[in-house]
Amino acid sequence: MMDQPNSGGGLPPLLQLTNVSKSFGGIAALKDVDFTLHAGEIHGLVGENGAGKSTTMKIIAGVYSDYEGEMRVDGKPVHFRSARDALAAGIGMVHQELSTIPDLTVAENVFLGHQPLTKLGTIDWSQINREATRLISSLGLDIDPKTLMGSLPVGLQQLVELSRVLFSGAKTIILDEPTSALSPPEVKRLFDVLRKIKAEGRGIIFISHFLDDVLEISDTVTVFRNGKKVATESAASLTKDAVISHMIGRGSIGMHMGESAELISDDTRPIVLAAEAIGDGKTLHNISLNLRAGEITGVYGFMGCGQVELARALFGKIKLKRGHFILNGAQRNFQSTSAARKVGIAFVPENRRMMLFRTEPVYKNVSIAILGRIHRLLLKPGQERKIAATRAGDLQIRPPNPNMALGSLSGGNQQKVALAKWLTHLPKVLILSEPTRGMDVGAKEDVIRIVKDLRDKGVAILVLSTEPETILTLANRVTVLRKGMVAKEFNSGILFKADLLAAA
Amino acid sequence: MSAPTDQIPSLPKSSPFQSFLRNQLRNIAPVFTLLALVFFFSVASTSFFTMVNFMNILSQISITAIIAVGLTYVILTSEIDLSVAAVANAVGITVAYFTLQPDYVNIANLPMPGIIAIVLTLLSALAFGLITAFGVTWIGIPSFIMTLAIMQIANGVSALLVRGQIAYSYPSLITMLGSGSIFGIRWTIIVAILFLLVGHLILRYTRFGRYIYMTGGNREAAEYSGVNVKFIIGSVMVISAMCSGIAGMLAVAYFGSAQQNQFDSYLLDAIAAVVVGGTSLFGGRGGIGNTIIGLLVLGVLNNGLDHIQIDSFLKILIRGIILLTALIINVYAQKLKESE
Repeated sequence: MMDQPNSGGGLPPLLQLTNVSKSFGGIAALKDVDFTLHAGEIHGLVGENGAGKSTTMKIIAGVYSDYEGEMRVDGKPVHFRSARDALAAGIGMVHQELSTIPDLTVAENVFLGHQPLTKLGTIDWSQINREATRLISSLGLDIDPKTLMGSLPVGLQQLVELSRVLFSGAKTIILDEPTSALSPPEVKRLFDVLRKIKAEGRGIIFISHFLDDVLEISDTVTVFRNGKKVATESAASLTKDAVISHMIGRGSIGMHMGESAELISDDTRPIVLAAEAIGDGKTLHNISLNLRAGEITGVYGFMGCGQVELARALFGKIKLKRGHFILNGAQRNFQSTSAARKVGIAFVPENRRMMLFRTEPVYKNVSIAILGRIHRLLLKPGQERKIAATRAGDLQIRPPNPNMALGSLSGGNQQKVALAKWLTHLPKVLILSEPTRGMDVGAKEDVIRIVKDLRDKGVAILVLSTEPETILTLANRVTVLRKGMVAKEFNSGILFKADLLAAA
Repeated sequence: MSAPTDQIPSLPKSSPFQSFLRNQLRNIAPVFTLLALVFFFSVASTSFFTMVNFMNILSQISITAIIAVGLTYVILTSEIDLSVAAVANAVGITVAYFTLQPDYVNIANLPMPGIIAIVLTLLSALAFGLITAFGVTWIGIPSFIMTLAIMQIANGVSALLVRGQIAYSYPSLITMLGSGSIFGIRWTIIVAILFLLVGHLILRYTRFGRYIYMTGGNREAAEYSGVNVKFIIGSVMVISAMCSGIAGMLAVAYFGSAQQNQFDSYLLDAIAAVVVGGTSLFGGRGGIGNTIIGLLVLGVLNNGLDHIQIDSFLKILIRGIILLTALIINVYAQKLKESE
């Protein structure tokens, strides 16, 4: 009964997209997508990064209004101009990044923006607390509405946000990566709540990278690939492997560049930096990792799996609560980024803005990390310019003018400058977070060539990415992270993209 | 941007001249303001444009200048120090506290030989700076609030040391530097020029100076480049307190007395000098050169208003309006730069 919802004549579907397409600057992001959500259905939505899931959801939630094709809600054609329109039509969304306010109480969060008033025009606190209690307990939860939001664990905060969306009258609820930060018991509790909501006749769109979760909770699963819907099947008839092969394309496993790679690692290479059972008390738990000279270690995982934090812990930005590092055989913990830099660790974060000075000239961006080596007392701008010009030549930075303001370079060239600052005196360890994300093909190839070249010069390199292709192209070994823990390690043999997706 | 601009000079969008203006607005506006003020007062008053009055102006801004050097460092890192005037006051009173006062001054003080008094006083300034640095970097209190607390503490120290009295004696070195002259030039002017010069050289030509600009320009990026951002910010807080302290010591000799609340106008003047000069409130842009222009604008304005027939109560309002205008230009220049 649950598996084939409402196929009969009865009510029109809650939500129906027909031939929806959307492009950004002439590049198609969605092509002729059909999608149907019925009342009382949980519809799983899966696909790789950039496959079109978020674009579809943003169209449904009214964020994008310039698309082609038709959308119907309860059988009536609609065209939302804003998120407010979508909300008014009964479509609510719970984002991966929660939008609750930690310093307000649970009840205040639930009624945020539409607090009931007394006759005198003041806020009706007794009604707020009463209603919030009713709403929360109707989900089978036991939370005092007067507790502060910030004191609740993330899993409960998410459920409070969900109840806020329910209270707003949403009949279609979009959940974006709801389980990425949850422990197994929290996932189970969330699923119990979702089943209750479903039984009330509402529809849920469940977007997730965690295929086990999707298959467990969904009635129907839709798979996206390259902006197209490639399959909609009942969850009961699907296996995890089947979903993965839909996601990356049937029969194409191992056929294309970046779909698979042979891992060539050498255990005799010296370990430069090792992390032993490190944890930060929040996101990272018990992670061990060996970085060897002349090897690239890839760390793969979905967004929110702890990569961002792992990179920062290694660079002294996040302090460890548990475990320690071993650098060249000696135990160490870094108190600051400058301490990490001094022992030869270099870091390029995922976001260029985080490490570049846009209004400063290129040469100052390149020299900032090596000023101490260029001069003793006085700055030598001439030499800084010379070094920057040399780096610009090596890395083919365009235009190769070290006096230009960094902000006037293209994105790919800015990324190269971010790399360039660590290349004058080779670091022992180079940590690269998402080194090729958002780059055009040419710049991507340049960066891959540079990174491989550094590996061959003996640098121990850690590449962290949410893109399997990047990992497969670069890595000698791969560690897969899942919810802040090591899920799996691959050290040799042929590694397929499907293996990475299945392990994460 | 990379297109050869001399080929198409008629494009209104970003001609080289406009681009220059856009980049240099924060430097050009203060210079024009200064020239306009000098021109105006020269025409409006016969006594303004004279050598004697010029030296007067320099002398009047010399104490503010020493404070402003430290404050420039602080503002360049996009922090603020609201305790400068209070620290100057407390340190000025401290040096008097360690000096034998005339019989009619009824203060329970602790006289020391001059050089020891000066060293102890410098240590008290250092202590103010270190406490501020500790609070801002280690504890993580926003500098705006932290220095407000230090301001109150410094005022408390001042109050306790003089208890409503006035002290008149200082170590001879301080008396000389604060109130004496050499070749007809006041020592305070020479000390101020020295501070400005050294301050400028450190900012422009040392690694520490570069780190200050980078920390102010993009703190996160500085940290991810391995700059010890906490050390930089702590250092500028200490530098600011030391500059204020030295200014305070010279000022009590300059004023001829050490008492509570005699530095009230110096907080606003020092901040105004830095900001009017064009140093970005968001950090990372500007420098001592800007501060010098800012000091001259304020100096010419304060002095010039005394040379023309104007309601003395109106002067306060005019200074406020000048400061507001400078703030608007400052923020506007930042937006222009970012929109580039």
